[in-house]
Amino acid sequence: MEPIGVLVLCGMCDYFEEELKKKFKVSKFSDNEEEFLKENANSIRAVIGNGVIGASSELIDQLPKLEIVASHSVGLDKIDLKKCKERGIRVTYTPDVLTDDVADLAIALILTTLRKICESDRYVRSGLWKKGDFKLSTKFTGKSVGIIGLGKIGTAIAKRAEAFNCPISYYSRSEKPNANYKYFSNVLDLAANCQILVVACSLNEETRHIVNREVIDALGPKGFIINIARGLHIDELELMSALVEGRLGGVGLDVYVNEPWIPEQLYGLDNVVLVPHVGSNTSETRMAMADLVIGNLEAHFLNKPLLTPVL
Amino acid sequence: MAEEEELKHEHHEQDLPLVLLLGLDPSSLQKFFPKLFSKFRFVSPYELPDKSMDQFLINHAQSIKVLICEGGGEAVSINSEVLNCLPSLECIVSVSAGVDHIDLTESKRRGIVVTNAGTVFSEDVADYAIVLLLDVWRKISASDRYLRSGLWPIQGEYSLGHKVGGKRVGIIGLGSIGSEVAKRLQAFGCSIAYNSRKKKESVSFPYFSNATDLATNSDVLILCCALTDETYHIINKDVLSALGKEGVVINIGRGALIDEKELVRCLVQGEIGGAGLDVFENEPNVPKELFELDNVVMTPHSAVLTPESFSALHELTIANLEAFFSNKPLLSPVNYE
Repeated sequence: MEPIGVLVLCGMCDYFEEELKKKFKVSKFSDNEEEFLKENANSIRAVIGNGVIGASSELIDQLPKLEIVASHSVGLDKIDLKKCKERGIRVTYTPDVLTDDVADLAIALILTTLRKICESDRYVRSGLWKKGDFKLSTKFTGKSVGIIGLGKIGTAIAKRAEAFNCPISYYSRSEKPNANYKYFSNVLDLAANCQILVVACSLNEETRHIVNREVIDALGPKGFIINIARGLHIDELELMSALVEGRLGGVGLDVYVNEPWIPEQLYGLDNVVLVPHVGSNTSETRMAMADLVIGNLEAHFLNKPLLTPVL
Repeated sequence: MAEEEELKHEHHEQDLPLVLLLGLDPSSLQKFFPKLFSKFRFVSPYELPDKSMDQFLINHAQSIKVLICEGGGEAVSINSEVLNCLPSLECIVSVSAGVDHIDLTESKRRGIVVTNAGTVFSEDVADYAIVLLLDVWRKISASDRYLRSGLWPIQGEYSLGHKVGGKRVGIIGLGSIGSEVAKRLQAFGCSIAYNSRKKKESVSFPYFSNATDLATNSDVLILCCALTDETYHIINKDVLSALGKEGVVINIGRGALIDEKELVRCLVQGEIGGAGLDVFENEPNVPKELFELDNVVMTPHSAVLTPESFSALHELTIANLEAFFSNKPLLSPVNYE
């Protein structure tokens, strides 16, 4: 049987690449995208993208034989789902396997930001400890945590924060009957009533810039924002001016509007923790995600039920 | 009238109980613990910097009944020599959780009671142990450095970290801090086992009677115990070897709990997976070999540096001193065992 052409848009760990190549004809864009598409478009029946780069409207138009988009992510904002639906293209993603990693990272960002760990590590490495003691940081245990989006990841974050005796509150489109946490029907009230605001919802038209100037002001100079969702959830310009002007206690960011580039102002700030979209970056989870992506592709091409379909 | 007021004030000051400060700069103490200074009078060798400490004590501290000292890497050692200069001493109040800088045996022999910070720091220190562990496993500080150096667009994704859930955590010392650490890590899906002087009957976590066995069965060792003669270098070559290439050590106790030379050698040779260290054998000096390593997170003995811990310590210190001066039971006496 003719090997099935799969176009991979994102980087892959070694395991993923090896396993994928065992079963499919794997290709990646060359430097000349136009030429690449001329030669290969007709043989590409599947696309693999991730949370940063996905099957856009343009790309889908250029791949007439495309049958399935298997995303190596749980976020779907980079895929033109409407177009996929119209053309009958299947879409799968990787929920659940990365929930714990992302929740762990949210707590890690809260702790490293509040307790100034990266700054402390810099303090030691630069020899400053010999000149004097470090300064006070902010205690985490017992602080109020407000979560935007109480899906699987938001719930996992809440469970961990509870172990630190943090009172939990949340905002989501509708109140969750089984959640034991305080619900706020809008993000502004949530921000006014918590000290640590965590963004954990999916990105769509309603949630773009869900953290805006008003929300930042409501959180105030002793407040912290942690973002493990998507850069576009926060009005990045407002965030930068708040940080530069000292109107926020600090932020911990895993995501940015224009990855892998980040706003210049962040480099000069000590009260921010910046990590390069590492939410699911553990060897264990990457293996599980790879297996799930490959499993979905295999299921599709064998006419079996998809493992984790979106469409 | 104003004179009278001043006299009254001076008189009142004279009535305040006298406390010796050892190894603590009075002005720095006043900055963080202002209430102390409205309730007690202090004498300190800092007032006469030209005299040696012993000289100062002999000349100015013969009637002193209680002293305040700090702990940690740069603490004044309260040993026989010092105690010999303080014949009236009845109580030592240490503003630290650790009391390894105090000769407890000598203190007991002389009928001197010692108090420490009790459990006021436990939550902050437990939080710190967790964040050091999360940082090492998920490479937070290392990838923050990577990002700040502009490498993300050039070199792409940073190297993968380790999942937290399912990891085996070995806690050495399951006291107040160790218990708070265990409670938090369980929420991340870690399994807990421990070593301490004695098995705790009320605890359901698996117990190992020595650190090597615990290390064999753990992915990470978290040091939450006091520094004593028995726990000095409790993390040694054998334990590190048993922990193995993927193993991680987290130390929020005292630097001397670990054979630091051996730890550094293991880290440099890749014989263990990483370390998160808030304390060192010779603070504020840190082995420079560690600065080359991305799998080590180092903090400047800052686990208790929060306004909440300081405030709680402030209240506890006042309470202990007031209890002492009114012959009431102390709030956080140290057990001599």
